[in-house]
Amino acid sequence: MNDVPMNDAPVNDAPVNDPRFPGLRRRGFLAVAGGAAGLGALALTGCAGSSTAGTSGKADGKPKRGGRLRAAFAGGGASETLDPHLSNLFADVARAKALFDKLADYGPDLSAQPRLASKWEPNAGLDRWKVTLREATFHNGKPVTAQDVLYSYRRITDPKKAYRAKASLEPIDLRASRAVDQRTVEFVLKRPTAEFPNLLAAFGAYIVPEGAQDFDEKPVGSGPFRFVSFAPGKSAVCKRNEDYWDGAPYLDELEFVVANEESARINALLGGQVEYAHELNPTTARAHEDQGQVQIVRLRNSAMQSFAMKTDRKPFDDKRVREAFFLIADRKELVDGALSGAGEIGNDLFGKGYEYYADSLPQREQDIDRAKALLKQAGAADLKVTLDTSPVAAGFTEAAAIFRDQAAKAGVTVRIKTGSKDSYWKDILDSGTLCSYRSGAMPIEAHISQRLLTGSTTNATKWQHKDFDDLYQQAQSTKDKQQRAAVYERMQRRLYAEGGFLVWGFADWILATARNVRGVEAKAPANSLDWARFDKVWLA
Amino acid sequence: MSGLRSWVARRLLFGVVQTVAVVLLVFALTEALPGDAAVALAGDQPDPERIAAIREAMELDRPAHERLADWAAGLPHGDFGTSLASGRPVSTYITDGFGPTLLLAALTVALLVPVGVGLGVLAARHEGKLVDRLVSSVTLGVYAVPEFAFGVLLITVFALRLGWLPPTAVGYGTDLLAHPAALVLPVLVLLSRPVCSLARLVRAGMIDALASPYAAQARRYGVPGARVRYGHALPNAIAPAAQQLARTIDWLLCGVIVVEALYVIPGLGTVLMNAVAERDVPVVQGLAVVFGVTTVVLNLGADLVARRFAPRAEVAA
Repeated sequence: MNDVPMNDAPVNDAPVNDPRFPGLRRRGFLAVAGGAAGLGALALTGCAGSSTAGTSGKADGKPKRGGRLRAAFAGGGASETLDPHLSNLFADVARAKALFDKLADYGPDLSAQPRLASKWEPNAGLDRWKVTLREATFHNGKPVTAQDVLYSYRRITDPKKAYRAKASLEPIDLRASRAVDQRTVEFVLKRPTAEFPNLLAAFGAYIVPEGAQDFDEKPVGSGPFRFVSFAPGKSAVCKRNEDYWDGAPYLDELEFVVANEESARINALLGGQVEYAHELNPTTARAHEDQGQVQIVRLRNSAMQSFAMKTDRKPFDDKRVREAFFLIADRKELVDGALSGAGEIGNDLFGKGYEYYADSLPQREQDIDRAKALLKQAGAADLKVTLDTSPVAAGFTEAAAIFRDQAAKAGVTVRIKTGSKDSYWKDILDSGTLCSYRSGAMPIEAHISQRLLTGSTTNATKWQHKDFDDLYQQAQSTKDKQQRAAVYERMQRRLYAEGGFLVWGFADWILATARNVRGVEAKAPANSLDWARFDKVWLA
Repeated sequence: MSGLRSWVARRLLFGVVQTVAVVLLVFALTEALPGDAAVALAGDQPDPERIAAIREAMELDRPAHERLADWAAGLPHGDFGTSLASGRPVSTYITDGFGPTLLLAALTVALLVPVGVGLGVLAARHEGKLVDRLVSSVTLGVYAVPEFAFGVLLITVFALRLGWLPPTAVGYGTDLLAHPAALVLPVLVLLSRPVCSLARLVRAGMIDALASPYAAQARRYGVPGARVRYGHALPNAIAPAAQQLARTIDWLLCGVIVVEALYVIPGLGTVLMNAVAERDVPVVQGLAVVFGVTTVVLNLGADLVARRFAPRAEVAA
């Protein structure tokens, strides 16, 4: 019903045969990122800044210990598992986050923040990284060691399995990597990777104790909560881990319950059956925003909304036509109409507000006259194009209809073709010329490596340029962050001028909490560390 | 009696054929889905290697008839196969979801029969009078309201406005009996339309029967009015209603998706919906078999009841 796939896949340029297809759910796909866009080395900004929580409950006050919080998510039914490496849905990740840790995770700007790793240090060639673990223990009292890290990563990359983080970890040569001592791992990479820390934050790259295989009975992690009980498709209960390295959670207990219907989640919240409802519609949010019954939390910049033009074929092989299309879009109207106003306008670049985002570029505005002139120059004055869309994501068909009307003003006839929900992403990958497209949050580098390189596996705009690929390699081999940022800016300037993604907006991710819930972070795009994080939440 | 026995045997045989047909149809339809299951599962990550890996893991690279044969061979032993999504046996999915579904269905039917028949008889007894007009128009009106709208309305009024009942059964899992208050609204929604159709059927049947020559003859013999109504007319009115009731029970047992989704009840409808979304073919097929058998058995039962109450009505097999 209320299918809101966050779209888009993780992984970098490597072959992506990842997730657990067994278990691949079609509802609420997470968007992840493989690759990287991190602070090169060091940088212990860490959790301190990000964990101070709460913009949602303004009058936060002093955190209070105790209580039980029930959080409603759309789930995966009877097939759900607690194996963190099989995480695929939002609900899976929320549960995995409560019970397990990664070495790093994404901050609000999608840069890698240290978690179980306390620091990382590359060699001069950026192909050997020494990662130091902080002192942390698993729920069974054993320390988290370098061996556990290597075991976890080897489990994920098992060639016979298809765990989701597998492709993200592809740059690591795990055979050559080794434990230097109990709390130091030396990772050997197959090639220079300046954004290596992003790999450590990869979707599903959780650290489990050495030898762990069965997670349904009594999963042991190092996370802020300990396992209590689990009924697939119904509920998962966990309790405070007093020994958590990042400070014990305030809540005594945390229960994840599954409610697939959006109306059921908000009703359960209004009726006091849960204290946290994940993934709500903009209309629901508007209806309850200032009613005082619940608090609405909007996670900004959570999902890129765009139209993808295939740059290798007519009519979009002419960059003047692409620019004309950039100028046709009235972004405000698209955001208001297709996203019910729950979002921000885009500037034809991915990752607004993220690390390395080129925000110095001027905001593009609708300019029908110039669009017409460009089309005329390109010999495409009476252009007719087919726009592929599908109800596969919220707002797709609405945005398509709005854009059709905008294009008509510039003399372009857009014919909308609504395709099957099931095969949409495959259908638009290679065929057609123009399509609706969206993506969840991931580092900008990951967006580039997955979609904009000659060898990218999901290159929906057919953006294949040798010099662009070279720039990417250059960035990955540049140790200095400032210089690297300059390379990313060059790449983005090019995409802004003549790329294939007409990025018209960024949708909010909306959730709601009961009035007594405090410490829910609002500056946390879906997929980042502070999203669906409950160890800093308390009940007033 | 041998006539009845051979009739039952024929019905059973026909039921088996129907079930097999359902299984084949489900298999064929899943095969015919656009872009095959692997593409659907790959979702927004459609790179070819991944699709190939999924296809291999799902054994979609094997010919369809082989997969069908393997699966069908397990059925007689109660082996429904294993879920593609989780690797758990399909039978656990079915048993897990059956509890809540059965509970809802049992409660609904337990209320449906007395209320539906009662209203029907009441209206028939006062044919053309105020009571009849009231019952007839209210039942017609309620029947016209879709369950989804009715469900939302009930939640808004009784759970959110008045706060008398919990809005959903979220977090209660399969242990619904421990939270009877959570069952009130879903059962009301489930009752709403069947009660109306049943009452209208019984009313029509009663009026027909009471106007029939045999009822008039019975009255002429001096049989008391109550006995004519309940001993002679009602059984005849129930025969068509029994068919309707069987369809209703069938509908209830095969998972009432809208109500389950609205009230977060983890019954068979939810299991089916998740399985379809995941393209978990073995689970869908397992459910199809269960639903097929349920339908066949219930219709058989209804025909038996109809024969018992009104033996002269020949029921076609």
